[in-house]
Amino acid sequence: MTEKIGVYVCHCGSNIAGVVDVVDVANWAAEKLGHQGVVIARDYKFMCSSLGQELIEKDIKELGLTRVVVAACSPHLHEKTFRTAAKNAGLNPYLVELASIREQVSWVHTDKAVATAKSKAVVSGAVSRVIENRALDEIKVPINPNTLVVGGGIAGIQSALEIANAGFHVYLVEREPSIGGHMAQFDKTFPTLDCSACILTPRMVEAGTHPNITLLTWSEVVNVAGYVGNFNVTIKKKARFINEELCTGCGICQEKCPKKVIDDVYEAGLGYRKAVYTPFAQAVPNFPVMDKENCTYFEKGTCKACEKFCPTNAIDFNQQDELINIDVGNIVLATGYDLFDARRVSNYGYGRLPNVFTSLEFERLSNAAGPTSGNIVLRDGKTTPKSVGIIHCVGSRDRNFNNYCSVICCMQGLKFAHLVHERTGATVYNFYIDMRTAYKAYDEFYQRVLEEGTLFVRGKVAEVTDAARYSNERGKLIIQTEDTLAGKQRRIPVDMVILSSGLQPRKDAKEVGKLFGISCSMDGWFTEKHPKLDPVSTMTEGIYIVGCAQGPKDIPSSVAQGAAASARVLDKILQKEVALEPIKATVDQAKCSGCKICNGLCPFNAIAFIEDDKISYINPALCQGCGTCVAACPAGAISGTGFSNEQIIAQIDGLLLRNLEPAEA
Amino acid sequence: MTDQFEPTIIGFTCNWCSYRASDLAGTARMKYAPNVKLIRLMCSGRLDPTFVLRALSSGADGVMITGCHPGECHYIEQNYKALRRFLLLRRVLNGLGIEPERVKLVWASAAEGARFAAETTAFVEEIRKLGPLNWGKADDGPQATDHDQPSFAHGKEMEVPA
Repeated sequence: MTEKIGVYVCHCGSNIAGVVDVVDVANWAAEKLGHQGVVIARDYKFMCSSLGQELIEKDIKELGLTRVVVAACSPHLHEKTFRTAAKNAGLNPYLVELASIREQVSWVHTDKAVATAKSKAVVSGAVSRVIENRALDEIKVPINPNTLVVGGGIAGIQSALEIANAGFHVYLVEREPSIGGHMAQFDKTFPTLDCSACILTPRMVEAGTHPNITLLTWSEVVNVAGYVGNFNVTIKKKARFINEELCTGCGICQEKCPKKVIDDVYEAGLGYRKAVYTPFAQAVPNFPVMDKENCTYFEKGTCKACEKFCPTNAIDFNQQDELINIDVGNIVLATGYDLFDARRVSNYGYGRLPNVFTSLEFERLSNAAGPTSGNIVLRDGKTTPKSVGIIHCVGSRDRNFNNYCSVICCMQGLKFAHLVHERTGATVYNFYIDMRTAYKAYDEFYQRVLEEGTLFVRGKVAEVTDAARYSNERGKLIIQTEDTLAGKQRRIPVDMVILSSGLQPRKDAKEVGKLFGISCSMDGWFTEKHPKLDPVSTMTEGIYIVGCAQGPKDIPSSVAQGAAASARVLDKILQKEVALEPIKATVDQAKCSGCKICNGLCPFNAIAFIEDDKISYINPALCQGCGTCVAACPAGAISGTGFSNEQIIAQIDGLLLRNLEPAEA
Repeated sequence: MTDQFEPTIIGFTCNWCSYRASDLAGTARMKYAPNVKLIRLMCSGRLDPTFVLRALSSGADGVMITGCHPGECHYIEQNYKALRRFLLLRRVLNGLGIEPERVKLVWASAAEGARFAAETTAFVEEIRKLGPLNWGKADDGPQATDHDQPSFAHGKEMEVPA
């Protein structure tokens, strides 16, 4: 036998050892797989600990191991750890194989005998496979120091600024005409009641004027190619019909435009904007956008009032969408969230009962720069409510809609209660299931709102109706709810109802995920690499997720994630190069018959046919290592490193225990 | 323990979706049938149908092929190639007199640990109903020893001269 194999079985505390007899597995491997080359098999409490790694390193050096199998957790967790350990001991890292007996065995099975037997088979498969492993060298590629940040909300802005301040270039792409995101729509932020615009707009201006930031608003990413360090991204810059070189942002066009349009994005349908507009006064950039759908000129071919009055001739009705191609090394996705559509909870009457408002509508109502100049009034635009009911968990923690907690709605509901109380003196009721005020100074805010006299009713609201049963209910909205603390049903008449709606993944999150090659959770949020230890990375190297795109969160957490992802990006940039997995396909020229079957199979155009030699050639720079061509080649001329036919067939045999001592078989 | 037949099944997963689904099933401590032993490939498109035949002829009673959902392939569209091969493979199995149901294709995204677990358990039950395959077992007859089995791998014996 030529190989000397070490097998290391991890207890993982009781995670594995509680279900799998790890000592038996190690002994069995030493005994039954000895003829395969297993010279040592050990078990240890935590193989991934430094002591565990040292154990392997010591054996490699002292016993001259040529292959290592670690039976532990999923390779997605610690493959790198053990490969690095092998490398430290002078063994090529690709001669290490992980046998997952935790995620795929001990955590999913309960019968100890069955789990131990399965572990043996998994170890046997890994031993057979590792014999066929070949020493491979990592492929080093340079990292492009530019970064793309998608989404100009607070998380994206923070991320872009951190990288730009460190001296590297950032492309900040935003779908809307201005950066700012949802935070720009808010009046106050909990729990400090800071004016949202006061803390956000300086950041927006900084991002808009930063020499290292190229701001691309009214733009969308349409294509992403390449891999970490070397992404090639195509961005569609939608026609603004404004020449940005000439526009000074004076606002005369908006003033002169005769067409009023309901603003259902920024003003949540409560206010108007013109057909040529900036969404709000402090928009960054300050160039307006022409809304082609509603512009009189585009509709009827005549008007051009904006063009007539523009002092710098910046209006350009012939402007076309533009495709911009950029090269970046890393991508940060900060694409945010959509508000839960409260119409879906039909028993709460939103859209049917005029004085039922969504949280975003209330944000605009209470905003001093909003459609009512901050006056909290009913839908008629003038009546101040005398009583207000705020319903929590609308669309969240509800089996009919979203199971998850939207995190921000309790604090949002409390903030609304405070604002209503402060500005109108109305009686305020908050209807909640559980009060969730975790994080710094949040519960103190709850206490403050309690002391202000807001009434809290614990229970899920059944219905909001205008069908009065009693005289005091006439002309009111009646909130029918169970009061679980008092243990009875209550009907509470109010003038205004605010629905503290939850957060949802963007409706195109799935398509965006596909575009960037990352996945979504069952709820639709982008999936992070590790829920605790790597919350801003994704399974696709070089792509990071921050803010609400990753899951519901408040402003401080979004900012923290934005900064965290930047640290990861800067780490990559400063390393100047990145090591890629050497999993590539190659054509054996002597075996290739030139049938071209593989040519059409590669979606990355990595396979070219060389006419002179009548053979196919795989460009290693373009090959992504999927192995489809390897499986397709009828001549067996294509081999795939890391996942060769020999490795896989050996693993099949090993898993089926066809590799045991002849006496056993 | 009863004497019920415990099938041996090989499962092929892709690195990006279905193996991560099995990781997630583990992290979430979902319990499922222990009969399937996994082989991780980078992509379901890597699956050479001969791997399946090799597994069936070497003692497996069934093979589960898993990959990303259509349209979600990490390598853009290679799972469609796995689908094509799977459909063809089932016809080949039929021709060989093997129940095509012994090979199953399951799409599971990285978020679908529950689906992975449920599909695994369901497949084990399906194979249990079909009974042992016994392909390549000595009791099949004198000619059916291991050495007489054609090697389905692209090994030396299958080499095609250039």
